[in-house]
Amino acid sequence: MEYFTNFIDAVAAQPVFYLLSLALILSALMVVTLKNIFHCAIFLIITLFCVAGIYILLHAEFLAAVQVLIYVGAVSVLMIFAIMLTSQLTSKKIEQTNEQVTVAGLVSLAFLGSSMCAMLKTRWNIGEVTLPENNIMSLGKLLMTDFVLPFEVVSILLLAALIGAVVLARKESS
Amino acid sequence: MGSYIALAGVLFAIGIFGVLTRRNAIGILMSLELMFNAVNINFVAFNKYIATCNGTLTGQIFAIFVVVVAAAEAVVGLAIVLLIYRNWKGIEVDRINVMKW
Repeated sequence: MEYFTNFIDAVAAQPVFYLLSLALILSALMVVTLKNIFHCAIFLIITLFCVAGIYILLHAEFLAAVQVLIYVGAVSVLMIFAIMLTSQLTSKKIEQTNEQVTVAGLVSLAFLGSSMCAMLKTRWNIGEVTLPENNIMSLGKLLMTDFVLPFEVVSILLLAALIGAVVLARKESS
Repeated sequence: MGSYIALAGVLFAIGIFGVLTRRNAIGILMSLELMFNAVNINFVAFNKYIATCNGTLTGQIFAIFVVVVAAAEAVVGLAIVLLIYRNWKGIEVDRINVMKW
């Protein structure tokens, strides 16, 4: 992995970044515009893979692995399960988008313009940053020392989500 | 760093477009995932390029928490979607108008 990221840094960071972002944006557009919701889920998986590639470019190897495991492995499969379970409603003749397409496009373009303006006007404190050598080890140490309280809270949140999902999706047994 | 933030902004805008235009509740959830990913890209890019983050990994820690919360949200959201499907025989959000207030 180390060798791999060093290689990408040395040789091909820019072209890889542009290829990844092109694929990312195109597949994200497919996710929001395609008619068949199952194809949308497939393109969502491609989008999430591209985001994992972006993480590798940013030297966040553990996050890239987490992205592939949790998003591509779990969340997408969950989405596909939900699509399959509601499948007779996802046929092609059902309209998948509502009538506010132009308004929504204007809103998202306005958001994009304003955020780009804000980005260009802010004076970023950019500097030479040396990330810790061993990504996974430092993340684990941080999670067990500085961020141990949020870590525990997040575990309770996951437990609550688990129980909530079971309670919600269970059949009424009266 | 600017290109990473621009990429995240475009991804977030696409997510907003999807949330506003989809009639299918699962489509809305997928667009939400896109927005979460845009935010995560921003966190990791800031951690890599902003000088005050030198030697720390706070941005990546936050990105991990965002991933966890997104997974919990997807689970609960899809459970609600299945419940709605069972009760209304459909998941088009403009047909589901019981929650008037």
